[in-house]
Amino acid sequence: MSMPFYVSPEQIMKDKADYARKGIARGRSAVVLQYDGGILFVADNMSRTLHKISELYDRVAFAAVGRYNEFENLRLAGVRFADMHGYTYDRSDVTGQMLANAYAQTLGAVFTESSKPWEVEIVVGEVGDSPDTDQIYRITFDGSVVDEHDFLAMGGSAERVTAALRERYVKNMSLTEALRVAVHGLAHENGERRELKATSLEVAVLERSRPHRKFRRIQGDRLVRMLEEARQAEETAEAQAPEDGGATDGV
Amino acid sequence: MSEAFMGSGRLPAAFMNPGTSSFVDFLSQVSPDRLPRLADLTSDGSPAHLTPEATTIVALVFPGGVVLAGDRRATSGNVIANRDMDKLFRTDEFSAVAIAGAAGIGIELAKLFQVELEHYEKREGRPLSLEGKANRLATMIRSNLGLAMQGFVVVPLLVGYDTARGEGRIFSYDPVGGCYEEHRYHSIGSGSVYAKGALKKLYREDLTEADAALAALQALYDAADDDSATGGPDLQRGIYPLVDVITEEGHRRMSTEEVESLARTVVAGRAERPDGPTAPVR
Repeated sequence: MSMPFYVSPEQIMKDKADYARKGIARGRSAVVLQYDGGILFVADNMSRTLHKISELYDRVAFAAVGRYNEFENLRLAGVRFADMHGYTYDRSDVTGQMLANAYAQTLGAVFTESSKPWEVEIVVGEVGDSPDTDQIYRITFDGSVVDEHDFLAMGGSAERVTAALRERYVKNMSLTEALRVAVHGLAHENGERRELKATSLEVAVLERSRPHRKFRRIQGDRLVRMLEEARQAEETAEAQAPEDGGATDGV
Repeated sequence: MSEAFMGSGRLPAAFMNPGTSSFVDFLSQVSPDRLPRLADLTSDGSPAHLTPEATTIVALVFPGGVVLAGDRRATSGNVIANRDMDKLFRTDEFSAVAIAGAAGIGIELAKLFQVELEHYEKREGRPLSLEGKANRLATMIRSNLGLAMQGFVVVPLLVGYDTARGEGRIFSYDPVGGCYEEHRYHSIGSGSVYAKGALKKLYREDLTEADAALAALQALYDAADDDSATGGPDLQRGIYPLVDVITEEGHRRMSTEEVESLARTVVAGRAERPDGPTAPVR
């Protein structure tokens, strides 16, 4: 019979947080960025059916990294929550903030109450009537919520991806430019430069001008075409700026 | 407020279990009082006067899609309860439902059906097949049977574009939830007898989208002509029938201007021939 050891609460929390962070960093990244016509979500995801990005409600979408079963659980709960609220009151009464709060409470409770924290990081994005009213909330494994602007990266080596995004991001980009920036960011994961193909990307937008449900996936031929446009623009940009270190690895 | 909503603000356990993809089933588990099911009424006589009646709906398919149109009137006995009612509901990108009968219950049913389809699509990552939607609606009507027996009869008409087959389709229902696929055209509601008669003579297999909409307006005009509960185009108030078109491109509500121009064509034609266009005898 072993003696029960005393472990300080600080240590317990730190261990849990480290555990969750490690789990999240193990996967691939996802990025979210605002463009002139809405919010773009791009995830490095080999699967075409196991989504990291999904629709929650008319103007609200969900993106997640980490353990699939855990964030899928959150996604399903969010869909139920949103549909129930929208059915009880009105469709316009379902907001991203409300969902972000529900997720934060849930993740916070799991983090403090259970011995294994959830290894997930999620984003709830809501497209408004203008870029100023767009909202992006990042919710981390311990339930903290951050109100983000412009762009963010999560999962994998998020810091490197964020740095790569910061180099290129400008406000009010077009969708193609935004996709180009997103792919540029994701390609910098792990420090290496990878070629990202349409088959390994999951891309979706919340499109401000779209009626009814604003969420739309960009896939198949359309994605291939957009990535090709982005790649050509990238090459032109690099040809014009030969001092850029990446100029030699075109084509 | 049910137990499901108490606590720390975290999503309740019922929300987190994988469970069903049906919104109706989920709601009946966690918060059944939100469903449009009234407690069984036990009064003498029919309580059906408590909600107005929605009247005539027509639908017809054309190559590449389907047109759904409804008049705007709701009646309570001999009183016109509403003259600009909307009885057509876009239920998702490729389907729409129109209701006839007890308006209060029908509208709620259509709204719930819309959430049901969207909920399924979001959870499963793909929409239900058109047959799946038709069957789901049948179950929802069946659950209203208790109310139907008391006089709150709701009969919807479901139209949709079947993306798998590449054609428009129409499904009709009876009050106990029987689902019947209709071919070419169909009409429901108090003026449906007259509307169907008109469509029978006007329908052709090769109608264009605009002609199909025009045929629908002619049929509604004939219904309004002979059925007092159906409203015709109201040129003075600018109230025209509503027309929804569903094609490969998705659902589209025709603009008021478009419908107005078609409705004026119909009315002008009727000034010449009050009984409308004739069909050849042989």
